[in-house]
Amino acid sequence: MNIVWLLLIGAAVISGAVKGHMAEVSNAMFSSATTAIELAIGLVGGMTLFLGLMRVADDAGLVRVLARALRPVFRFLFPDVPRDHPALGAVAMNFGANMLGLGDAATPFGIKAMEELQTLNPDKETASDAMCMFVTLHSSSLQLIPVMVISLRAAAGSKNPSETIVGTIFATAVSMLVAIGVSRMFARWYALRARGGAA
Amino acid sequence: MREMANSASNWIVPLLILGIPLYAFAVKRVRVYESFIEGAKEGFTIGVRIMPYLVGILVAIGMFRASGAMDWLVWAIRPLVAWAGFPPEALPSSLMRSLSGSAAFAMSSEIFKLYGPDSFIGRLVSVIQGSTETTFYIMAVYFGAVAVRKTRYTLAASLITDASGIAAAFVITRLLF
Repeated sequence: MNIVWLLLIGAAVISGAVKGHMAEVSNAMFSSATTAIELAIGLVGGMTLFLGLMRVADDAGLVRVLARALRPVFRFLFPDVPRDHPALGAVAMNFGANMLGLGDAATPFGIKAMEELQTLNPDKETASDAMCMFVTLHSSSLQLIPVMVISLRAAAGSKNPSETIVGTIFATAVSMLVAIGVSRMFARWYALRARGGAA
Repeated sequence: MREMANSASNWIVPLLILGIPLYAFAVKRVRVYESFIEGAKEGFTIGVRIMPYLVGILVAIGMFRASGAMDWLVWAIRPLVAWAGFPPEALPSSLMRSLSGSAAFAMSSEIFKLYGPDSFIGRLVSVIQGSTETTFYIMAVYFGAVAVRKTRYTLAASLITDASGIAAAFVITRLLF
């Protein structure tokens, strides 16, 4: 992350200097900072609502029921998380909401899942393997029906805006498998390296 | 299909908000209102905790976009994808997807306007945008929420996942259309 962050900023300043876009770069700095805070504030409303709902579901034992129902899948994805742990229920709710395209609900559930995973994490500043797996799975885009894309296609006058859904589901499934495989490989590699370093 | 997806999401959330507390109260005797408030308390603190992460990453991405450095990245990767037969016109919006969702969607609209949404490029861009995610934003929000700073291999694994999504989108679009 350190390297990518520096690369992004470094490339921006160099490119801004070479192409004479320094004024734009400088403006973008401050407007992006403002946007970031607006985004965070914008998340608070939905987050408060769904964290409240999540607590009710937790108190009613629903989160554990969900975790138990999906135990076989989760045993494989998150081997370090004890079965029936509430983290798995939150993960399930997050995946479900994502697949249905309920982004506003998915984010608070995902955050709850991260908080639960954090309670199991021995080093609070460093991501656990379960966290890495969870976040990486997101970059495969779990959404089954890409509502945004379909709206864009319709707006552009497509004859059949939803014809790309099948392709999207296929590509999502492939990248999801890659996400699982790659996270597993990295986890093993890091574990080996850590052991080697200690010896 | 779009209407169905839209109306489904209009129904699911209100039904959840009724159904979960109703079950909790009627079957499990949970004091639902108190329970809700207890959980909801955390909302604001999490929003505040995310802020530094989001500012850090969005400022870097904003600067990167404004500087036009994207052209260099496209230039560097272009020969590689051209060799595979991937249309270079679809490259900038695909690379942008991991950095900024709104920018990637704006670039896709532009492509729809230029080539038409039902052209090969238009379909390819549609599949790619639907099957990849704003990786950097997600990482900032999720790791920010628990104040984890060392993310280990998440970024590398996520970027490989994004690339595999783009490749899979290309293959399936070729096969389907």
